[in-house]
Amino acid sequence: MSAVDLDADTGLRNGSFSHVSLPRYASLLVVVIALALSALLVLLLGWNWVACPVVAAVLTVIALPLWSAAVENRRKAVDRLVTSLVWCALLVALVPLVWVLAQTVVKGAPELTGSFLTHDMTQKLDPTTFKMLPGAGVAHALVGTLLVTLGATIISVPIGLMTAVYLVEYGRGKLIARWTTLLVDVMTGIPSIVAGLFALALFTVISGVGTRFGLMGSIALSLLMIPTVVRSAEEMMRLVPNDLREASYALGVPKWRTIVKMVIPTAFGGIITGVMLAVSRVIGETAPLLVAIGSLDVMNTNLFSGRMQTLPVYILNEYKKSTPHDYDLAWAGALLLILIVMILNLIARIVGKIFAPKTGR
Amino acid sequence: MAKSIDVSDVNIYYGDFKAVEDVSMTIKAKSVTAFIGPSGCGKSTFLRTLNRMHEVIPGARVEGKIVVDGQSLYGSSVDPVEVRRRIGMVFQRPNPFPTMSIYDNVLAGNRLNSKKLRKSESDAIVEKALRGANLWTEVKDRLGKPGMGLSGGQQQRLCIARAIAVQPEVLLMDEPCSALDPISTAAIEDLIHELKSDYTIVIVTHNMQQAARVSDDTGFFNLKAAGQPGHLVEFNPTKQMFTNPDNPDTEAYISGRFG
Repeated sequence: MSAVDLDADTGLRNGSFSHVSLPRYASLLVVVIALALSALLVLLLGWNWVACPVVAAVLTVIALPLWSAAVENRRKAVDRLVTSLVWCALLVALVPLVWVLAQTVVKGAPELTGSFLTHDMTQKLDPTTFKMLPGAGVAHALVGTLLVTLGATIISVPIGLMTAVYLVEYGRGKLIARWTTLLVDVMTGIPSIVAGLFALALFTVISGVGTRFGLMGSIALSLLMIPTVVRSAEEMMRLVPNDLREASYALGVPKWRTIVKMVIPTAFGGIITGVMLAVSRVIGETAPLLVAIGSLDVMNTNLFSGRMQTLPVYILNEYKKSTPHDYDLAWAGALLLILIVMILNLIARIVGKIFAPKTGR
Repeated sequence: MAKSIDVSDVNIYYGDFKAVEDVSMTIKAKSVTAFIGPSGCGKSTFLRTLNRMHEVIPGARVEGKIVVDGQSLYGSSVDPVEVRRRIGMVFQRPNPFPTMSIYDNVLAGNRLNSKKLRKSESDAIVEKALRGANLWTEVKDRLGKPGMGLSGGQQQRLCIARAIAVQPEVLLMDEPCSALDPISTAAIEDLIHELKSDYTIVIVTHNMQQAARVSDDTGFFNLKAAGQPGHLVEFNPTKQMFTNPDNPDTEAYISGRFG
């Protein structure tokens, strides 16, 4: 290297465009060596194994830029430093996600059986020992969650969508629209238990103390859903170009038909995605449901009468029972909840794709 | 079907700002009338008042009289939706509806108004409108494909087909060729010549050659100064306008000596 006359600042051979650069496998090599070194260090010093990736990351972040600075130029060294930092951040962000998912699958999957999915928690008589066996099923909670969330969606979507239509198409710059936007923003931040208490208080006034039924939960959840639906529908409808509205008006189409037949269909994919995200957000809510619906060990499919069980509350109950088997049931319930949210997200993506404005030939 | 338009003493405002003042002219039926002038002088604004599209913008209003075939457009009992149904408009940028196919785009005026049509009727309307817009041969094999998949010039002709599918009496065009290449522009100019036999056409253009090529009458709009309202400087037959204009400002603008 000393034979070549290098520019100190850029690392270029004087008068040449070509660089001296590290081999392509340099980053990989450094990471592997760092891992090996840190593993050795952990073994020798008897540290916890958790220290291994941390030490390796630190070693990589230090060593790679130094090596680069020695061989390449300053710009490349900074590039390698920032690249390693970004990779570290990504891994740190991914660790809890993957960990939670893996843990839930490992602990929950064995319990997620056909019998678990089709039974509720009713006690059963064992025919040979004549002992009462506790039930081990989630069917009632699954049905309850789906019903309560469906109820919340049916309440929230029309209200949210119409509010968004008002904000985008009619209320531009008006005082009431500004207040609505402000209140929607505030509502996005209300603690979920407050929504539960609101539903409880509402129905205590209407039908007396101690009222509990599924629809109360739906109303509590819809309080949490409406702001999200309004926000996303509003954003999506604002994205519809004004040109299209004018094109529609110019064809002699009244404003309401323009909104119903042109603006909403054009924004439909985005609105559906927003609704699904709102559903995913509320489907895992525990506190408002515990307050507003309570909990029940048997199947109740009537939204309008009596307590119901829901998945989050089921998980909480099983966790509180504190036996190993009940812990497993709680994990299985959690896995089921994650699966539902995943399926909803998949559906949202597919529906969004189908209804997205088509640009291809 | 085609109607003439009488405009007298029209002032146009955006809120308190007077955008155009004191315009009077007569737009003849079954002819092409072009508006030329520098940017911001109110040609497009004036065009939009001719089918009450102007008032879609909040705070916009119009004073004066615009009479189409004996009926005032701005009478208190006039329904702007009905006006727009009979005075169609084509915009500067092609704007086919992205959710609809070519076929549905042409039928949009009928479909969006929930007019019940038999399949044979709608097929006939689509073919007639697309033939009218010189687009039929290019798209007849892919009517079900999205309108956004066409080229810019084809999209613009699709928008013209969409506008004439509802059989308006007047067709307003707001710089319909400004986003198009010369070949597409030529196609649309040919189309304007053909449409002239059935429709009254009003076109805003920045291209003086285009105005000279397609129009029978020309109106020249200008601003006295920045921030002042635009006004109509001269309105005359195109031939006279481009050979022997009444107003020296018009001559300066047309010959390119203007700002």
